Amino acid sequence: MSDARAAILGTLRRTRDAHPVTPPPSDFTPLADKQWPPEERLPRIRRMMEAVHTEFLDATEADWPAVVTDFLTRAGAANLLYAPGTADGATLSAYPLPPREREGTHAQHGEGEGFAGSDGPSPSDTPSPFPLRGPLPSPETGEENTASLTLIPYDRPIEDFKQQMFEGIDAGLTGTLGAIADTGSLILWPSADEPRLLSLVPHIHVALLRADALYDSFWQAMRDQRWADAMPTNALLISGPSKTADIEQTLAYGVHGPKRLVVVIVR
Amino acid sequence: MAEHAVNFAAASKAALQDSQLRGNFRRAMDGLMSKRAVQFADAKEWHTMRALAASVRLRALAKLPELLEQLETNLTRNGIQVHWASTTAEANAITLAIMRKANATLAVKGKSMVTEEMHLNAFLEDHDIEVLESDLGEYIVQLDGTMPSHIIMPAIHLNTKQIAHLFKQKIKDAASTGEDAAALTDLARRILRQKFMNAGVGMSGVNAAVAETGTLCLIENEGNGRMCTTVPPVHIAFMGLEKVVEKLEDVPPIISLLPRSATGQPITTYVNMISSPRKEGEKDGPREIHVVILDNGRSSVYADPELRDTLRCIRCGACMNHCPVYTKVGGHAYEAPYPGPIGQILVPQMEGLAKRGEMPHACTMCNACVEICPVQIPIVEIMGRLRVEAVHPSASVKDSGARASKTEALVWKGWAAMNTSPLAYKIATTAMSAVGNAAPGSLPLLKEWTSVRSKPRFAPRTLHDLARKKGIPNV
Ligand code: SF4
Repeated sequence: MSDARAAILGTLRRTRDAHPVTPPPSDFTPLADKQWPPEERLPRIRRMMEAVHTEFLDATEADWPAVVTDFLTRAGAANLLYAPGTADGATLSAYPLPPREREGTHAQHGEGEGFAGSDGPSPSDTPSPFPLRGPLPSPETGEENTASLTLIPYDRPIEDFKQQMFEGIDAGLTGTLGAIADTGSLILWPSADEPRLLSLVPHIHVALLRADALYDSFWQAMRDQRWADAMPTNALLISGPSKTADIEQTLAYGVHGPKRLVVVIVR
Repeated sequence: MAEHAVNFAAASKAALQDSQLRGNFRRAMDGLMSKRAVQFADAKEWHTMRALAASVRLRALAKLPELLEQLETNLTRNGIQVHWASTTAEANAITLAIMRKANATLAVKGKSMVTEEMHLNAFLEDHDIEVLESDLGEYIVQLDGTMPSHIIMPAIHLNTKQIAHLFKQKIKDAASTGEDAAALTDLARRILRQKFMNAGVGMSGVNAAVAETGTLCLIENEGNGRMCTTVPPVHIAFMGLEKVVEKLEDVPPIISLLPRSATGQPITTYVNMISSPRKEGEKDGPREIHVVILDNGRSSVYADPELRDTLRCIRCGACMNHCPVYTKVGGHAYEAPYPGPIGQILVPQMEGLAKRGEMPHACTMCNACVEICPVQIPIVEIMGRLRVEAVHPSASVKDSGARASKTEALVWKGWAAMNTSPLAYKIATTAMSAVGNAAPGSLPLLKEWTSVRSKPRFAPRTLHDLARKKGIPNV
């Protein structure tokens, strides 16, 4: 309603001009003061995030796919949704899992076995009864237990697999742009390659954090990286798994978003 | 035209007699106050940070019309559609039109106080559209058919037992959850995930809208805000016109103070910054985003240089948690979208003093809210100003003068006359010490006082008398 627009802006302008305010200057020193020696940043991030139930894993560039898949298998996850178009996604899909457990190539041709059509039922190998089951028994073969984890690429619009996304995905893997020492927060800029729901809908969110991408504060990160020049569709700070205290101040984790947040520190 | 006045005194009397309610509030408020105190243990950091946050909000208000235009330009450039509404009726109509165009019959909503002002849920339900609150506290309150009793913790008036009972009554498969907060939370998760998946529209509030970049900032812990703004094909965000800030850099001071003041956590689980609908090639996110900028009386609040400070508020709720009145009677007694100190200064300005003239009186003027307000709003001064407005007709506030009473005016006139004439003062005080104690407590004006307190006893001799006796000169 453009009438409303004109009326509102007219009133604001007229009354402001009748009584202008001179605001005091904004002194950002209290934010600039939030600094930690480089070696203290990571321990602080870890401490703060662990206080709100975030889990941490240590890994290297060489072994993180193994660390992640081992962890998820032990956690009882049957599948992992990942971003095939990112460098991390490419690394993960190149990691030698037994071929029958990989779906990337099938998925390219349409209905991969991990995908149900948007109205179809979940495939039988994706578990639906949530919460997540406990640890799986060791596979009878005695081989490495990654064999039970299925990789599913997020390579199509959400509309094509909404139901499976909500009912059949155990874990999602994303990268991060770094982390913030002041508040213990991960920085994520989801993209066309790494969609927004990867870090929200799966019950476990696994996030890779490069140990050299640490900032003192949110303010410092946005200034150093010149965020204001070009904001992405969505920018996020994530500081733990989803939580609520709406029932009598009792903290409960995993209310709508991930029940578990697992940060993999990659050195 | 005078709308029916809301009777806070009667509602608070009932609340005070509800020991369950008082216990629930006392416990919650004590917890919130002590957790907040831990966050602000460093006094210097607190003082400098709140000065910074106040300057950010003041600068936004100083340039409000320009910033709103800049915000509109940048949102539009980013592909977000902007709508302006002078009244809540206009905002409701805009929302309905968007829902109709999207063919949506189900909306999921993240916490938005502006939509409480609009009574949006009731409006849409009248038009056969289901709106589901997805913040757990709001969901509980919606199931219960009541209103939020706190702006941050909507269901704080209920304990686990009461919530378990409610779930059992209203939800089919709630029998197995017992009285365990985690199990109840999990049940809500399962139900709401179905709704996120199927909703045609997601709705949210806005914590700050950045003019410089055309960005909407939302903070939350549960992830429902992200669900509502990412999963449905259409997202509608509602904001009061004061929510704009100038620069992206102005967001960190607000994010630093809001969660610490509100719940004593260093930051919320999610800080969600949205600058555009789904772009070409992106695989999720809404295809349309609409922002509804609501006035609903805010531009008249803005018009008065003293009352304008009301609009600095970042809705942290800390003033409620620290208010000696709110913590005793709870949020429902105010019967308003915003209870507690901020509600007592905001709601009368929005809805008028005829209906809300009592609100500014539900205050002891203890100043606790002013001391903890992260953006330094002079709440108590504004409260005093509204008391004056209520009895003096002026152009500043809706229905000012609505509570003007000839008797009261006369009493104060007499009071002033007595205190400005030495002779009148002497006669009056002597008379009071001589016969005051004989006056029955049931006299018309005295009764208001003596019905809840014992009648004060007048001393047989006035202070002046005693001083003169002691030989103190010039009394
Ligand atoms: S008035 Fe101040 S303390 Fe109260 S909600 Fe607003 S910002 Fe918070």
